[in-house]
Amino acid sequence: MAKQRYWENVEVGGDVTPLSKIATTRMLVKWAGASGDFNPLHYDAAFAATQGVDSPIVHGALKRQWLVQLMTDWMGEQGTLRKFSCSYRAMDWPRKMATTMTPEEGETWQCKGKVTKKYVEDGQHYVGCDIWIENGKGEETTRGTATVILPGRS
Amino acid sequence: MLPEEISKFIGQSIGVVACEVEKGSIKRFADAVDDPNPLYWDEKYAAKSRYGSIIAPPGFFGWPVKLPRGMTFQRPTDISDPPEATENMRVALAKAGFGRVVDGGIEYEFFQPVHAGDMLSAKSMIKDIIEREGKTGKMAFVIIETAYHNQKDELVAKARATAIYR
Repeated sequence: MAKQRYWENVEVGGDVTPLSKIATTRMLVKWAGASGDFNPLHYDAAFAATQGVDSPIVHGALKRQWLVQLMTDWMGEQGTLRKFSCSYRAMDWPRKMATTMTPEEGETWQCKGKVTKKYVEDGQHYVGCDIWIENGKGEETTRGTATVILPGRS
Repeated sequence: MLPEEISKFIGQSIGVVACEVEKGSIKRFADAVDDPNPLYWDEKYAAKSRYGSIIAPPGFFGWPVKLPRGMTFQRPTDISDPPEATENMRVALAKAGFGRVVDGGIEYEFFQPVHAGDMLSAKSMIKDIIEREGKTGKMAFVIIETAYHNQKDELVAKARATAIYR
């Protein structure tokens, strides 16, 4: 875990510490099992083709959860994620596996964020952020917002 | 304008699902995301934290849209009010030419932490169905709202999910 972040040390316009992720076919299988989303769109190439997406795509909810991790890592253990939203703007395709454990060369995704506001309400210290995911080409495929409560120094 | 066969689903309840938040499920979930946060993994660490025990990541109860059936985040231990409306709506949408579905996104509000061992109930309804013209033709946005309560009947989270049918 990163060290604790305090409200006073956050500035509007500042970056949320980026988080790198690599989606692989292996990760998608694990996510299907862990999340219970067994839509064949995410593992069956023939079915994916009938849905007009060429080959199995990354689950939107997995990308959502990367962004949740982006925020929970950044806010630290004393922080609280209060609101979160994201929408899936473009599809992502996982890297295939080269060996049992190692993916092929390919895309790395970057989860990023920017602080858009900070305010105090009912004695709580809030920070609002824009958050997004960029694919290997730097294109934004997922976008959202997050509101966290951070501890104050005082 | 959406035909009556589809718009009639707006406002319908699509069921209540009760699930136990299992420690193993939390770990598998965190592992799938590749999230090493010790609050999800390490009991001793979590015990000394402000939470007192292992918690689930925000969004663990993440798939409130039960489309098609079986897409709950865990095998439900109890289902009342089976989600027939969901299945019937899917059939009606397919008949109207909206045969494919993708996840459009989600909005969450979190109110309470979720601990391993909690019993969560998820109550969902079809909040709205909106037809829009997209680049690739007609689309129907189905908005599903879900409220999650724990065993103490505390509201732990609300979700508003969008499924895009086309």
